[in-house]
Amino acid sequence: MAGSADTRQLADGGVRVEPPEPLQFLAPDGSLAQEYEPALSDEELLAAFRLMLLSRATSERAVNLQRQGRLGTIATPDGQEAAIVGSVLVLDPARDWLVPTYREMPAMIHMGLPLPRFLLYYRGHPLGNQVPEGVNMLPVQIALGTQVPHAVGLAWGLRHQGSDAVVLVYFGEGASSEGDVHEAMNLAGVRQAPVVFLLQDNGWAISTPVAQQSATGSFALRAAGYGFPGELVDGNDLFAVHDATRRAVERARTGEGPTLIEARTYRLAPHNTSDDSSRYVDPTQLEEARARDPVPRLRAFLSERGLLDEEAERRLTEEISEELAVAVREMESESEFAAEQLFEHVYETLPRRLDHQRRALSEGDGEPD
Amino acid sequence: MAVMSMVEAIRSTLAAEMDRDERVILLGQDIGANGGVFRATEHLQERFGEDRVVDMPLAEAVIVGSSVGLAASGLIPIPELQFLGFGSQAFHQIEGQVARMRARSAGRFEMPIVIRAPFGGNVRTPELHSDAHEAKYANSPGIKVAMPASAYDAKGLLAEAIRDPDPVLFCEPLRGYRLQKDEVPEEDYTVPFGEARVLREGDDVTLVAWSVAVNVAERGADLAAEEGIACTVIDLRTLVPLDEQTLAEAFARTGRGIVVQEAPLTAGFGAEVVATVQEHAFWALEAPIGRIAAPDVPYPIGAIEEQYVPGPERVLAEIQRVMEAA
Repeated sequence: MAGSADTRQLADGGVRVEPPEPLQFLAPDGSLAQEYEPALSDEELLAAFRLMLLSRATSERAVNLQRQGRLGTIATPDGQEAAIVGSVLVLDPARDWLVPTYREMPAMIHMGLPLPRFLLYYRGHPLGNQVPEGVNMLPVQIALGTQVPHAVGLAWGLRHQGSDAVVLVYFGEGASSEGDVHEAMNLAGVRQAPVVFLLQDNGWAISTPVAQQSATGSFALRAAGYGFPGELVDGNDLFAVHDATRRAVERARTGEGPTLIEARTYRLAPHNTSDDSSRYVDPTQLEEARARDPVPRLRAFLSERGLLDEEAERRLTEEISEELAVAVREMESESEFAAEQLFEHVYETLPRRLDHQRRALSEGDGEPD
Repeated sequence: MAVMSMVEAIRSTLAAEMDRDERVILLGQDIGANGGVFRATEHLQERFGEDRVVDMPLAEAVIVGSSVGLAASGLIPIPELQFLGFGSQAFHQIEGQVARMRARSAGRFEMPIVIRAPFGGNVRTPELHSDAHEAKYANSPGIKVAMPASAYDAKGLLAEAIRDPDPVLFCEPLRGYRLQKDEVPEEDYTVPFGEARVLREGDDVTLVAWSVAVNVAERGADLAAEEGIACTVIDLRTLVPLDEQTLAEAFARTGRGIVVQEAPLTAGFGAEVVATVQEHAFWALEAPIGRIAAPDVPYPIGAIEEQYVPGPERVLAEIQRVMEAA
């Protein structure tokens, strides 16, 4: 369980707040805290585990495809599956909204984004960011931090129109240094927007370690400065993340405003397929982090509960493998784009000047009218 | 027909559009009880409530950035930047997010956002309040740029902008807010984007301007008329989309012309106008096209801004120069 923040009065009158221990129910060896009983049913637990396995398998397949030149640069969520799955599972895809960065693949799948569409984005295909109608998520954000104001506006706008929807937005400890994140959390507090800020501290912003990102002992402490609750959780513990998010979503839905959750996790893969993390990651630290990997942790718990054995996981893995094969085929069958389609969605009605440019590009007619 | 100042026309249009469509909401600094520092939103909060006229924290990036989310939720947000000069604090949200959301989501998310932004010089504002930054936005594909010069157009272009499903940067000239008065019909009307206004027609020189510089060009044309030089004066109204046809026709007729802008010379929108004109009307040109602009120096502090902002005398001198060219 979590401790509480400790406030120390300094001799000169200043006040320093020391962070609490992260909330944890599931220990790295898969043992459950005695007083905790999972809020998720057996079926939900197995679905969560499946989503985590699908995420890990998609990463492996996508990196292989990238090496073969069949996908572009891709950033995988390896090591962060519990932080992502544990939080997004709380959302009701039919009414709630997700505002993701590029690293939250399993969250997008939970909201209903088809797997081939997810892969299509990394193929560099313009339709890859076309979130289908009915799937409640904004397109993948690349300019980290800029999505956080969007999430606050979305939450505010939905509430303005009488909805009880909640918005879940992901960002990292790196993006938390961006001014947009400060502005957004400040506004969310003022407007009591129904938004959950899910900050994943995965230890690294490409090569910048968390200690060089911020001097704080816990990013969750920042919530106090915005006038809403903050909570630090073990981001590799599915139950801790789920528990904190469930409470945060409940508060948001009932009009009690935003929450900041810091999920402390660890990026087990390089930043992306263009990154060589051996240049800056200490191998000993990485080995220690692997011992806290959320996937074997949940596997150990499920086995102990009698919900999963080797045979069941083998079937699950085969099923996922087939699902991925089908998705890759579908992703690769999407046709190439023609130059004139660059112009298709820039404005609702193409201005004449752009229409000339479209025709010049597609017909080789460079002459203005 | 009532005579209105630009700021009155803008205020009444905001009210009319809020009446017409309950999805329209206003957000910005000091727009509520204070009615906006220029009174552009005066009494609107009393009339439409605090939920539709929303006072925001002093934070431009989230004023624009939250508008992205408000639009995605189905609303029509009209964020106000108190001054376009502070648009730099939101530029990444405008250029990187608002302008390209339709394109990057392949049509899933429309951004019917109108970013209102007062700008322009000769009103003795403090530093960084006056800059004419329109070219940066015109170089940001996906957002339209409207720059009304008259109260009539302020109403018609603003109504058009609010009803446009695409984002619009709507630049309001500080100098024109109260000085620029025109007859403005009470009934509903819109002014289409991409259709320039021809204020006068003359066969000697074409003057091209937008926003408050239209007034400078007009006064330059008056001075030239006293010397027997007849000018055509074109108000572009919108930079994006750009009315190439009106430019081409005017230069084809006069063969000589000048662009008048309040922004610094280099990479200003005037350069785009000159390039466009020479593509369409090169063989009709009888003299190099002149450019009247602010010098390439930072916008100065108040007491010397008249030296910086182009005035009608500079326009007249340039008219004489292009008339003398072979």
